[in-house]
Amino acid sequence: MKMRVIVTLKPGVLDPQGEAVRHALGSLGFEGVNKVRQGKLIELDLAETDPARAEEQARAMCEKLLANTVIESYALEPLEG
Amino acid sequence: MKAAIITFPGSNCDRDLAVAFEQAGAKVVRVWHKDTVLPAGTDVVGLPGGFSYGDYLRCGAIAARSPIGTAIAAHAKAGGYVLGICNGFQVLLEMGLLPGALLRNAGLKFLCKPVTLNVATTDSAFTSGYAQGAQIRIPIAHHDGNFTADAETVARLQGEGRVAFTYAENPNGSDGDIAGILSENRRVLGMMPHPERAMEAAHGSADGRALFAGLIGAFVPG
Repeated sequence: MKMRVIVTLKPGVLDPQGEAVRHALGSLGFEGVNKVRQGKLIELDLAETDPARAEEQARAMCEKLLANTVIESYALEPLEG
Repeated sequence: MKAAIITFPGSNCDRDLAVAFEQAGAKVVRVWHKDTVLPAGTDVVGLPGGFSYGDYLRCGAIAARSPIGTAIAAHAKAGGYVLGICNGFQVLLEMGLLPGALLRNAGLKFLCKPVTLNVATTDSAFTSGYAQGAQIRIPIAHHDGNFTADAETVARLQGEGRVAFTYAENPNGSDGDIAGILSENRRVLGMMPHPERAMEAAHGSADGRALFAGLIGAFVPG
């Protein structure tokens, strides 16, 4: 089954890239953007078909490689199909 | 003293690091990332600067999980010396051998210039060749050198004298102006500036020599 992994900087960790994007949006005339946080989206196509086991595998992958848990948190979303 | 210099795909300071160790009197062995063991008798592992694995996922993340990584971690855990410079520092953090992480520079620019560093401790083989509080000139060349850690970790590093170098003028937003840190046993050093690029007058500074000389001095009997 397919699993979507969303990796974002933890709250409180400065995001200079997000801040640069916010400034660029402002200069394009998009007003009222209070904050921009940038992250990563990773899609996994796993051989595992059981949702619980697939999530367990994806979680282990996040802890070991996909996220740096010193500065990043992650969320998992099972995908249809 | 035997130094093992690791080359990952995308390393670009590996030869400079090898030359710096050789000039300081070490026997140097070059090691490929796919090797699974370090050469017998390795005293120091050198992790060079560069863009290992193209900086994919996060700087140093893939290199930290490469085949040679397990041997490097075992070497460090057994009390062996490890020096990680620039990308090598990023690898050490990703391996968990040092605390914290390196974010994109606060100003978002790739910075490539000589900077002034304060030697924050002389209590390590790496820094024993400097005078306490000395200011040295060493170049930086990085995009992701903004050291960050939670306040408690930064306070612990400072309190335990594990901050090896600080920037005289913070170029990248690093917490506590931190440019380099030591492990608890003071035998693993990670730093963003490049001492191997400050080895002789023609480099603009020879202030990096004392780091290699000090490290090699730790292996001189008596």
